[in-house]
Amino acid sequence: MAKTSGTGTSATRRLGIVVILMLATLALCGLWFSAEDVVQGSTVRIMYIHVPSIWTAYIAFGLAALCSGVYLSGKNRSLAWDRVAGASGEIGVLFVAVSLVTGSMWGRLTWGTYWVWDARLTSTAFLFITYVGYLAVRQLGGTHRQRARRSSVLALLAILEIPLVHFSVTLWRSLHQEASVANPNAKVELDGLMLFSLFLGLVAFTMLFVWLVLHRQRAMMLEDAFSDRGLDVAITARRNEAGA
Amino acid sequence: MSTTGISKRRVVIAVARKDLTIEWNSRILVNQVAPFAAIVMVLFAFALDNDGILQRVAPGLVWLATLFSMLVVIQRSFTVESADGALDALRVAGVDMGAIFMGKTIALMVQLFVLELMLVATAVILYGVEMTLAGFCEAIVTLVVATIGLGSVGTLYGGLAAGARGRETLLPLLLLPAVAPVLIGATRATEAAFGSGGTTVSEGWPWIGLLLVFAVLFSAVGTVAFGPLVDE
Amino acid sequence: MEHASFIFGSWIITAVSVGAYAIWVLRRGRELAKQATREEMPWT
Repeated sequence: MAKTSGTGTSATRRLGIVVILMLATLALCGLWFSAEDVVQGSTVRIMYIHVPSIWTAYIAFGLAALCSGVYLSGKNRSLAWDRVAGASGEIGVLFVAVSLVTGSMWGRLTWGTYWVWDARLTSTAFLFITYVGYLAVRQLGGTHRQRARRSSVLALLAILEIPLVHFSVTLWRSLHQEASVANPNAKVELDGLMLFSLFLGLVAFTMLFVWLVLHRQRAMMLEDAFSDRGLDVAITARRNEAGA
Repeated sequence: MSTTGISKRRVVIAVARKDLTIEWNSRILVNQVAPFAAIVMVLFAFALDNDGILQRVAPGLVWLATLFSMLVVIQRSFTVESADGALDALRVAGVDMGAIFMGKTIALMVQLFVLELMLVATAVILYGVEMTLAGFCEAIVTLVVATIGLGSVGTLYGGLAAGARGRETLLPLLLLPAVAPVLIGATRATEAAFGSGGTTVSEGWPWIGLLLVFAVLFSAVGTVAFGPLVDE
Repeated sequence: MEHASFIFGSWIITAVSVGAYAIWVLRRGRELAKQATREEMPWT
């Protein structure tokens, strides 16, 4: 690869172009060509970005937990695992935030309110806060190893915690079912183009996620290298002082 | 990690006793945390200026006050450890980290339990809560099981941020979402025990089951995860 | 289209926030790469 600018390679550049083309197609299909849903009407168009966002967030948090597990169990304990987990967690937070916002806009149109205390919504909000905490732990300072250890354990704890929160919130809602939610599981009839749009959204967002992770973890690698370098410089300076 | 001759049980007891002795000598729990919790209960009464509402929401307020006070207690529990590098010293000495976790958890649980008893008493006195004998028994069981869960998860997350800058603000962010199941379960169970909102005592037991699952899960995970967390 | 403002609004919010993040990541990488040596950038 001759020309490199920053964290890109020719492979990521190609991937990026494909993602942009797919997202443009998604916008055309989702907003223009596809028909309105029989039940949801035009609001179904929000779903073409809402569903892929939350899907991407789940993939991101899953990958973060996977890499954290590999880091903790591995023998060589490469910090690369930690960086992929961190990049993944960061992008996951972004996509959960997006899906919470788009979801509540959809809710405003469908249910008449931005927020209902539905089990799925509530535990998604917890998911968001938990990973905001994860990102905060990564900023705690200390050595890279400390960061990796702390955040890996936390990422695995989060995977344990989220189902428990979801379960308890479901239990809580099932006994206090006064909120009148127009059945969110109402059968959605999908015709060919709608199904295609949804599928395209999932694929495009997943590829976008891969592209983002690649770039972000490379940037993180440089960040780590620089802070190491800063430390080396400081140590050398101190040694020279002591020697002089 | 070997325990170098000392049995695990003795480490647990020694750590728990050490934490409780420090607490007893400084009297922070009695002189500062408990008054803080009491004033929170009084402030709740100011905010919800209505007797009927207070009785209805008393269980939730008891547990909210517990969670807020718990944050203070955990901060203290780990300031003591990281201030003079005591945790590092124990680790270098090859003491089993799982045992240290259990010891600190037990100490935290004892303190929390005292605090909760006080808060329930406050609710009975200030908010006019009335309990049957069966309700009282259920309340005690709820306190015990919820405290095991809170103690474990509190020690685990307290250890996570121990020694790092900015941990005071980080702990609530990490801990409060994690203990949401305890808040839900304990509040419902206590509601049943207090009979608030026309609930009956028998309605509380499934929630105690939820608390039990949480307690078992996090005490087991904590014992395993605490070592890697504070290691290095 | 019915509810056009909400529908376009939600798409725009998504595009802007994800786009802004992507641009930030690219810029940060480019900035850091300026000072990096070849060995620090194993993907090149």
